[in-house]
Amino acid sequence: MSNAPELRDSYDVAIIGAGPAGMAAAAICAGAGLSTVVFDEQTTAGGQIYRAVGETPVRRAAVLGSDYWYGERLVHALRASAAHHVPGATVWSLSREREIGVSIAGAARLVQARRVIIATGALERPFPIPGWTLPGVMTAGAAQILLKSSGMIPQGRTVLAGSGPLLWLLAWQYLNAGAKLDAILDTTPRANRKTAWPLAAAFLLSPYFRKGLRLLLSVRRRVRVIADVSDLRAEGDGRLQAVVYRAGDGAETRLPADTLLVHQGVVPNVNLAMSVGIAHRWDDDQLCWTPVVDGFGGTAVDGIAIAGDGAGIAGAWAAEERGKLAALAAVRALKPDARREQLPDEAQVRLALARVERGRLFLDRLYRPADRFRLPDGDTLVCRCEEVSARQIVETVALGCTGPNQMKSFLRCGMGPCQGRLCGLTVTELIARARGVTPAEVGHYRLRPPVKPITLGELAALPKNEAAIKAVVRG
Amino acid sequence: MFQRLPDAGDTTLSITVDGKPVTARAGDSVAATLLAAGIDHCRTTPVSGAPRAPYCMMGVCFECLMVIDGVGNRQGCLVPVRDGMAVEIQHGKRELAR
Amino acid sequence: MTTPDVIVIGGGLHGCSTALHLARRGIQVLVIEKDHVGRHASGVNAGGVRRLGRHPAEIPLSVASMELWHAIRDLVDDDCGFESHGQVKVAETEAELETLRRRVEEVRTLGFTHEELIGQDELRDLVPATSPHCVGAIVCRHDGAALPFRTTLAFKRKAESLGARFIEGIRVTGLRRAAGHWHVETTDGAHEAPRIVNTAGAWAHQVAAQLGEPVPLEVIAPMLMISAPMAPFLKPVLGATGRPLSFKQFINGTVLIGGGHRGRPDPETNWTDLDFAALAISARTVWDLFPVMRGAQIVRAWAGIEARMPDDIPVIGPSRTSENVWHAFGFSAHGFQLGPVVGAIIAELIATDRTNLPIAPFDIARFDRPTSL
Repeated sequence: MSNAPELRDSYDVAIIGAGPAGMAAAAICAGAGLSTVVFDEQTTAGGQIYRAVGETPVRRAAVLGSDYWYGERLVHALRASAAHHVPGATVWSLSREREIGVSIAGAARLVQARRVIIATGALERPFPIPGWTLPGVMTAGAAQILLKSSGMIPQGRTVLAGSGPLLWLLAWQYLNAGAKLDAILDTTPRANRKTAWPLAAAFLLSPYFRKGLRLLLSVRRRVRVIADVSDLRAEGDGRLQAVVYRAGDGAETRLPADTLLVHQGVVPNVNLAMSVGIAHRWDDDQLCWTPVVDGFGGTAVDGIAIAGDGAGIAGAWAAEERGKLAALAAVRALKPDARREQLPDEAQVRLALARVERGRLFLDRLYRPADRFRLPDGDTLVCRCEEVSARQIVETVALGCTGPNQMKSFLRCGMGPCQGRLCGLTVTELIARARGVTPAEVGHYRLRPPVKPITLGELAALPKNEAAIKAVVRG
Repeated sequence: MFQRLPDAGDTTLSITVDGKPVTARAGDSVAATLLAAGIDHCRTTPVSGAPRAPYCMMGVCFECLMVIDGVGNRQGCLVPVRDGMAVEIQHGKRELAR
Repeated sequence: MTTPDVIVIGGGLHGCSTALHLARRGIQVLVIEKDHVGRHASGVNAGGVRRLGRHPAEIPLSVASMELWHAIRDLVDDDCGFESHGQVKVAETEAELETLRRRVEEVRTLGFTHEELIGQDELRDLVPATSPHCVGAIVCRHDGAALPFRTTLAFKRKAESLGARFIEGIRVTGLRRAAGHWHVETTDGAHEAPRIVNTAGAWAHQVAAQLGEPVPLEVIAPMLMISAPMAPFLKPVLGATGRPLSFKQFINGTVLIGGGHRGRPDPETNWTDLDFAALAISARTVWDLFPVMRGAQIVRAWAGIEARMPDDIPVIGPSRTSENVWHAFGFSAHGFQLGPVVGAIIAELIATDRTNLPIAPFDIARFDRPTSL
């Protein structure tokens, strides 16, 4: 971006993440006249759901579907606004005084904001099965990103495995694009239907219902779907060669495969929010940590709000509405005299939010991942970075390590570059089961900044400020 | 292994991966470029030396750490490919044992 | 539940070590910890096991503790990750080298020989990766480093195996003396014992204040940061003379950077806010001293909450207001190495009312004196 404005030292509002929540919030804040910056790690706005929507090389609109193209509106609104969108920006710290550490093109900066809206969205739930670290195994979300941002589809024998709407959406998009799929291994436990059924009525009214059903039927007509998969592993020497599974109580089946795409739902990306001390609670329906927020996404840390899936999984449309609410709160706090016609009507936003949130619990129950695929055993790796197995974790509990933090000193579990993003939930649940207590009692890794690695050189080159000079004096 | 859709634009850029030429499409990430080129893995782990390939493509898993233009530990899925880029597979264990 | 002989308030390393040494003497001990054992400074410090650079008053204790460290497995059945590759303090200028020379002489006058002055050539042999501008150093060859949380937990486990009891997750709310016993009120009921030990770290002044002996304790949060694994380049623990630094590489290749810069602690919520502008100063020091680190990836930074006394040496010894109470706190960011011996001293004081180690300088009564005039 050659004519991008220079980054300032301070803003009224800093928004972290340019997905639906961040984009919607930015347009409102900037529209009300607040100086607004949006930091986003990707090269284009959209987040993961609308990834590369302005620049995708996928020419045929029908491949990705209208829900994807809807995101163009949000990108256009962001571009049309006075908000300063900074792509390629990695936020690595946020303090309680709302000082943001951010790296852009290899240079680190500290930026101050009066209000911060964390809109860092979701990431895919860990899927710790034997062999999940082999080249050739990746997440369905990753595969979808390759399709959206690069127009790439798998080549060779391709198997999708897991549970949840994204898996089916990817299969549908792949079929639209002309990809060949060998099988879908559905790991959704059969028993989920029973617990989900009482909530079906609410889902029938959800905007997701009709679309979801049509998509599901369309995929089922064209791909071999194996239901009730109860055991799953990836095998290969140095890369994936076969997917081995068992359906129900049946015999083990071996499917030669070049690509295995796994998915069992998404969970909030909590690292930045936890690192600034925002309280999170264990959500037993979504089996993950969700931050404690008020009706506007506000948290107990003054001036910091969370919007979008990072505040609890509810999908892209809900994220957009929650982004608007967080923005409304920021505008009311910083610019109480903003003209009403510049702002969306709160009651209408809440109505829209209620409509798109309808039936969420049905989906949570229906696609609740099986214990088998969340709580691995034996040599299955849990921490991919430091290569720590499920067995090691359970054995360390017996040493007296009652939580994930105590374990670090023995196993380095969660201390690699991903900083617990790919193992945190698994470790918490494994310890909870071993101790016979709830995940809430066990807690999560104590996450500390930088929440993404920065080089020593970047840190050393940070512009000196007053605090630094004081630190020298007292050091 | 991945392939490009026929209408997904031209590969007009060229980079090297461990010295070998690879073509790339402007707008792709380094990680996507390697996947499209059929390159098996982008790093080996520091602990066991096992090969790893991109896993999440959204910057959270750190499996696609590579040496890009001489700088190690860069997340290949977050770095846009540029013409003439020199990419190397990152050997975790071998480099630590040096 | 039987009444213990001693209640230890605070399950950090000093509390766990006190419990272990008491249990070794057959004394029944109960440790009360408000969070979990090793939650604060004891579990998250830099792990330096160092005699180098100690305050003269601390040297005898530090030297005695070092002997325990070199036989740590015999004491706690775990090696605690202890490695002894020495500690080195480099001089970047001739003036700094002169400061170090005087320091070594001072230590020798006190009768100790563990600190040695080395020149540029030997420094280069010992730590080849140091920047060429460094002109010399003090080396303490049998110093080293250990894993703090693992160490603290090892002391706890060994103490437990000898009969010590630990209650974690309850907080002391009050102390009462009745019928010759101390009644320790907590957030989960009261416990009693004839004797108590205050090893409550950054919260120890609250205990002392209840005993009518307030102390000028400052709650601090020294910051540390750690890198992703690097090729091995450093065996000893390294410090600088003219600027704060503590620097070491673990066997897994990660590099720990610490040394003085502080975050903002909130002891009521266990929270610490980090100050990246101050961490940047540490980063610049490392950049200058170790060119090999310039591209290193910093993956995490943190700060433990601990207590600092105005004279930077701890309080160790009996209460001066209350009978059957002993203190061990205020280690001022360098208490980890002293842990093994301080527990032994407190246990000795409780069992025999005396110790051979010189603890007079650590008397809590020293803060009664007017500090200025």
